[in-house]
Amino acid sequence: MRKVLQKIKLPILALVVALFVSGLLIAFSDPKVLALKGDPLAMLGKALSIAGSAYWALFRGSIYDPQLADTGFFGGLYPLSETIVVSTPLILTGLSVALAFKAGLFNIGAQGQFIVGAIGASYVGFTFELPIVLHALAAIAAAIICAGLYGGFVGLLKARTGAHEVIVTIMLNYVASYFLLWLLSTKAFLREGRMDPIAPEVLESSRLPRLAGQDYRLHAGIFIALLAATAIWWLLNRSTLGFKFRAVGANAKASRTAGISVAKSTTFVMVIAGALAGLGGAVHILGADHALTNEVGGSFGFDAITVALLGRGTPLGTVLAALLFGALRAGGLTMQASTETPLDIVLIIQALVVLFIAAPAVIKAIFRLKSVDEGQAMASKGWNG
Amino acid sequence: MSSFNPKNMSAPERRKFRGLVTMFVLSLFAIIVFAYLPKESAPVTYGFVLGGEWILLKEWIIDSKTASTLFAILALLTTFLATFLFKVKRSSRIVSFIFGSAFLMSFLSWAASGKFVPFTGLLQGALLLSVPLIFGAMAGVISERSGVINIAIEGQLLAGAFVSGVLASLFANNWLGLLFAPFAGALIALLLAVFAIKYGIDQVILGFVLNVLVIGLTNFFYKKLLIPYQSDWNSAVAFVPIEIPLLSKIPVIGPIFFAQSIIVYLMYIVVTLIHITLFKSKWGLRTRAVGEHPTAAESVGINVNRLRFKNVILAGAIAGLGGAFFTLGAVGSFSKEMTAGKGFIALAALIFGRWSPMGAVGAALIFGFADNLQGLLTIIGTPIPSEFMLMAPYIATIIAVSGFIGKVRAPAADGIPYKRGGGSR
Repeated sequence: MRKVLQKIKLPILALVVALFVSGLLIAFSDPKVLALKGDPLAMLGKALSIAGSAYWALFRGSIYDPQLADTGFFGGLYPLSETIVVSTPLILTGLSVALAFKAGLFNIGAQGQFIVGAIGASYVGFTFELPIVLHALAAIAAAIICAGLYGGFVGLLKARTGAHEVIVTIMLNYVASYFLLWLLSTKAFLREGRMDPIAPEVLESSRLPRLAGQDYRLHAGIFIALLAATAIWWLLNRSTLGFKFRAVGANAKASRTAGISVAKSTTFVMVIAGALAGLGGAVHILGADHALTNEVGGSFGFDAITVALLGRGTPLGTVLAALLFGALRAGGLTMQASTETPLDIVLIIQALVVLFIAAPAVIKAIFRLKSVDEGQAMASKGWNG
Repeated sequence: MSSFNPKNMSAPERRKFRGLVTMFVLSLFAIIVFAYLPKESAPVTYGFVLGGEWILLKEWIIDSKTASTLFAILALLTTFLATFLFKVKRSSRIVSFIFGSAFLMSFLSWAASGKFVPFTGLLQGALLLSVPLIFGAMAGVISERSGVINIAIEGQLLAGAFVSGVLASLFANNWLGLLFAPFAGALIALLLAVFAIKYGIDQVILGFVLNVLVIGLTNFFYKKLLIPYQSDWNSAVAFVPIEIPLLSKIPVIGPIFFAQSIIVYLMYIVVTLIHITLFKSKWGLRTRAVGEHPTAAESVGINVNRLRFKNVILAGAIAGLGGAFFTLGAVGSFSKEMTAGKGFIALAALIFGRWSPMGAVGAALIFGFADNLQGLLTIIGTPIPSEFMLMAPYIATIIAVSGFIGKVRAPAADGIPYKRGGGSR
């Protein structure tokens, strides 16, 4: 128990400080607060009430809303279901980045891999007519294969030529978004009678089942995500392949001496990382959105990086971090609608949390801690490394 | 052909050879697709006059098929010339440039068959689109040459754009906005410097997070203040272009280079200064030493981390100044995420230009040209989807880093924190 507490102390304190700083920003950027300049006490009160109502809206939008509870307790849980819907793809993209981290690779390309996966799943979903379970499986397989290749290409390039994965994945993200934009202007993908970039809806037979009726978007994808997290935990901690990945991540030179093929490891890791992100895209299309648009990627791939960093690269941590950021995203919409606090405060919170975790010195100084578990250090590597 | 057996070549020779083969294939492609295959041919009009400059040639009207054929043949000839230069082991940089231009003109004449191409305007627009890329790439050069990876260029540009736009609007004074833009970029760089140099955190992760932070902050204030109180907070007007007497009258070159806003002239100064000082001054020598071999630099009495710290902040200031171009140099007011990934294209230009100032400028100009050409082709309507044109800079960068044609290598200690006596390398 103490060990667990020690492990989560830093992330939790980082979150608290980030929420506090963001609260200050919300309050003191408000003209109503600034208007009370002459009266410090009234100003403080107003600041507290404004930040408070913003965070209350954040809670109502992400976990439980009493106003929706007129049909009973469970009606009030609608926001929680939305949180899970947003978190599901985040878990998968987060795992993609986390796995790559463990193997010493920085996968900024989850965004592109997510998009490629979504394209694959969507195409199979609206083109072919297959029996019910088979169709979903085929769509998911298409996503995994497309995105796995897209990610694997990065690994292969790195292994064969030394091209840095960060540079290649940044570039491939743009390539994927432009490719998607182009696809959605072609006959094969553009929905009939539409001018805006949107593909046909995937067929009923390929959709993931909804878990709580048609009024809720909550779908079976969350189980797929949790299953994937378990699989990655097993891969990393219980399998030979995972051991090799971690060995290469910890020290590539030593691993090479020990007879592990660094090139193979790099390629494999990126294939799996790509497949995970692509699975995220598939689950999002087949479960929540049902139709491919040019904005399908949202920020799932980019948030994945903060998710993986907050989750300290472990599968369990990633799941928890994804739930947290999913809650912030879902709640942020309610906050924006009801309190004039822009959704973008979520980005600020995310960036601050990761910054504080990366530099524990700040947190240590604020809370006068002697030591915190800093987890795996984010080892710095050069472009040529 | 014995000397052309790739097996007997060294690695750089092999890459050059592959480059030659690529040029040859592209030339044939141009001859077949642009010159031979089109069934119909219509005149293309190239316009060379924009405004009040002296007129040398107003328009050039030529049959599209003829033009494509001529330029394709020129491309093929330069390929042969490059092959000859390769055999006698001479540099073929200029020839490669002529090849690229000829290939592009062949393509353009094919794509714009029957249309009007404002040639001078195309190049002028290309330069404008390159300005933020060049500033960003210069920020990258200074930071990375001294050993700190700068992924936060995007954030620094955005911070510069935001601060310059807002200050220029609040105080109704563009010069004030321009003055403080570098400070905004430097502030972001300060965070990068403290966390990367003092705490030794991974610079790529750090840069990424800083970008998220700046996007979050500017979006937040944009929605909270700039939209509701637009007349106070976001009503800046762009600088008017300054025409330099005489120089701006030169046909074609004048309107492109010498009828621009103050920020473009500042860019000429920044680029020139960096190019000269990086290779000719004490600071430049030290900067390069610290980026390539910090231990050796330390041993001759250079304070590695202090120099890196200064350079990272200077880099941020340059990117911040470049950010002002988005607002004060172009449209005046700020809009949400208006840098739109330009910081990453600047990073691509830096890498494509092999971390050298002039290489980066060249790459930025090419990327800017591709961007503008794409815009033009979308307007006049072309056989090629504009999305593929937009992909070009990114694919070019991937080809560059994978060492297919020419090999790029980052400064040896780029991204590796230096600990005194630790011997990082």
